[in-house]
Amino acid sequence: MTQLNSKIPQGPLAEKWSHYKAHQNLVNPPNKPKLDIIVVGTGLAGASAAASLGALGFKVKIFCIQDSPRRAHSIAAQGGINAAKNYPNDGDSVYRLFYDTIKGGDYRAREANVHRLAEVSNSIIDQCVAQGVPFARDYSGLLDNRSFGGAQVSRTFYARGQTGQQLLLGAYGALSHQIKLGNVKLYTRQEMMDVVLVEGKARGIITRNLVSGELEKHFGHAVVVATGGYGNVYFLSTNAMNSNTSAIWQIYKRGAFFANPCYVQIHPTCIPVHGDYQSKLTLMSESLRNDGRIWVPKNKEDAEKIRKKQMNAIELKEEDRDYFLERRYPAFGNLVPRDVASRAAKERCDAGFGVGTTGLAVYLDFKDSIKRLGKDVIEERYGNLFQMYEKIVDENPYNNPMMIYPAVHYTMGGTWVDYELQSTIPGLFVAGEANFSDHGANRLGASALMQGLSDGYFVLPYTIQNYLSKDIKVPRMSTDAPEFVETEKAVKDRLDKLMGIKGNKSVDYFHKKLGHIMWENVGMGRTAERLQKAIDLIKELKKEFWSDLRIPGDNNGVNTELEKATRVADFIELGELMAIDALQREESCGGHFREEHQTPEGEAKRNDDDFKFVGAWEYKGENETPVLHKEPLVYESIEVKQRDYK
Amino acid sequence: MDLTLKIWRQENPKAKGKFETYKVTGISTECSFLEMLDILNETLIDKVQLPINFDHDCREGICGMCSLYINGRPHGPDDEVTTCQLHMRKFKDGDTIVIEPWRSKAFPVIKDLMINRNAFDEIIQAGGYVSVTTGGIPDANSIPINRADAELAMDAAACIGCGACVAACKNASAMLFVAAKVSQFALLPQGKMEAQARVEAMVAKMDELGFGNCTNTYACEAECPKQISADNIARMNREFFCAKVS
Repeated sequence: MTQLNSKIPQGPLAEKWSHYKAHQNLVNPPNKPKLDIIVVGTGLAGASAAASLGALGFKVKIFCIQDSPRRAHSIAAQGGINAAKNYPNDGDSVYRLFYDTIKGGDYRAREANVHRLAEVSNSIIDQCVAQGVPFARDYSGLLDNRSFGGAQVSRTFYARGQTGQQLLLGAYGALSHQIKLGNVKLYTRQEMMDVVLVEGKARGIITRNLVSGELEKHFGHAVVVATGGYGNVYFLSTNAMNSNTSAIWQIYKRGAFFANPCYVQIHPTCIPVHGDYQSKLTLMSESLRNDGRIWVPKNKEDAEKIRKKQMNAIELKEEDRDYFLERRYPAFGNLVPRDVASRAAKERCDAGFGVGTTGLAVYLDFKDSIKRLGKDVIEERYGNLFQMYEKIVDENPYNNPMMIYPAVHYTMGGTWVDYELQSTIPGLFVAGEANFSDHGANRLGASALMQGLSDGYFVLPYTIQNYLSKDIKVPRMSTDAPEFVETEKAVKDRLDKLMGIKGNKSVDYFHKKLGHIMWENVGMGRTAERLQKAIDLIKELKKEFWSDLRIPGDNNGVNTELEKATRVADFIELGELMAIDALQREESCGGHFREEHQTPEGEAKRNDDDFKFVGAWEYKGENETPVLHKEPLVYESIEVKQRDYK
Repeated sequence: MDLTLKIWRQENPKAKGKFETYKVTGISTECSFLEMLDILNETLIDKVQLPINFDHDCREGICGMCSLYINGRPHGPDDEVTTCQLHMRKFKDGDTIVIEPWRSKAFPVIKDLMINRNAFDEIIQAGGYVSVTTGGIPDANSIPINRADAELAMDAAACIGCGACVAACKNASAMLFVAAKVSQFALLPQGKMEAQARVEAMVAKMDELGFGNCTNTYACEAECPKQISADNIARMNREFFCAKVS
């Protein structure tokens, strides 16, 4: 049986990473060009890894499913990126960033990884500025900061409401530079279908060319998977339409453990659902909670009138409004972490105080900030977000409060990786949102960008060398080797099977049905009963999918329905694992809220005695029960307590 | 609302495409344009017909993947939005909507409304970056930048690389796209070091890839979903001139 070895270096917490770097094995310059590295995904983690590894001299191949690396969904991150620079002199430090991240993750993340993340956070800002990322600046020409949820300092660097875009374009520029130099080769509109194992090690991938429909075999001495999260298992999420779980699901089926699949972040500030034809949900940046106040009517009768459009929000008197986050959490107010804010909004709506025509919305109001700072300042800070809101909702948020509701946004779970970001398959590294490593059971705002770039710029370039140092004598393999041919055949069989179903229902039919099951039963509030129900319903759905799916056309060329079908097939299986994981975790922590486990005030109640571990699942075969492995979480540097934002 | 759609269908890059007419009924005004096409595609799949292929991904106006030439305008009739953020409330019941792919020699059609925009990547690869590699960078605040310049650089950097500027231009020129990247770096001290080589390499690549020349019609600026200003083109011309005479 595979044993989990997190490979956390010895020594005091703050010295672990320097110790690792000082003692790891390296590959000398003449040997680097003899080693091939495959990177799958061109978001922050993938692009920064490929650019950095290419610059070191390795031969890198990078793959994306879109038409250009710049389309990866990191581009859509709005609010900012955290770093422990302490430029505002407000008491920040590496330790405090580390502490906030561990606490924000509800004590379910690995200490050593999170400390490393906080340590390299400052280098990320330096790197991005050197690339020409146009961060916001103050009038002295120095970098500006804003505050974000779960912290009492201002440590978030930002580029208007387009921070992800600017950071990704920085990484894309660095990647393009390496492509020009010939160190990286780019493959667009190619989807990874499987990983190729040779003698138990990852040695390549099978891709499908999404234009020609042909399968391709690619060799690499090591493989990096940086394909993002799996939020689209819910059909409706803030993820891009093509974001999917397939790469990390296929490697799970080849032996890479999947950790904490039930940890999903439901983001509090998204534009509410408006119709059953809706294809995705749009996030309104958490940065809005800096200046916006969240409220619902204090009286149910008023809420009722607003829902029936007999009354407008702005008519409601101040004393008739319930600023429920400020009421419940006076210390952090509107800036409580995302999981806490989302649950509080759901609680008010479930209790009948919700607004909007569906009753599933709360207000995010800028009236007071506009009065205090002026409309110009608010426009400068959030202009593009306000414009986006107005285009979608057809209402002016400067005059009327925004309506928001929680939506699936990020997945903390993912492929289990050790301290080196290596999965349980040797030579297979997983970076960014695709891995489980740094956010525990809840991610703080502005930390996803930090983690993606930390993994790519500053962690993988070291840890992959440590692995490849043993591979310098391994020659490039022919992709005619039996392992490649067999894996390619397995992929082809899977595609033929999907094409051969010839049933009556479209992929979207199944995807929406799965999304509904997941949102209702494995969403913001979970119970043993509903989780079991989800498992049963998903099993039925899987049968229906494999007997009644219809994919028009053929496999020789562009076939977007086939692309979607391969992804939804994987989402269905993942959905079941998420429910299984949520069912075993008899506690509430972070984004995982089991209604059976809450404090009298309705806060998440952890069970540290029994569940202070990472739950890593091992695949055992089709229709077999997966096996749970536990990596105990040891906290040496901080005291584990009940999270308190009051 | 009920609509008639005339949509460009093309089997592959070499095939001769043609318009096909479709009807959609009962479309909500709250629906986005691409959701309307999703609804049409579901009805086609129900009839075992091939759905219409179009590029899209984030559906929140930032990835730059969606395109579409709608009733003669890139990204359709609304201003300052991409197609994915265009909503059906901008149309009237009974309208006929003509939907085509971007038309440009440098952006060949892959299938139906999907196009190949690799040319933009190639232009960036020619020099659209600061050539720093990872690590060994001084503290971020050691390079103070005038706030006004930083804001202007951000205005230019907001380009999403969708190609609407090329689609809008009668010459299929990529000047606005190239100028936005050149400007971003020309305005920042980090970009000054390689400014001359950058503008020369990017312009040469743009010409090589078959984009047309700029004749100052400003159609690009008018159709840009991110309001990238044509002032950037003037700035690029100045940079280009300086590079050539130095």
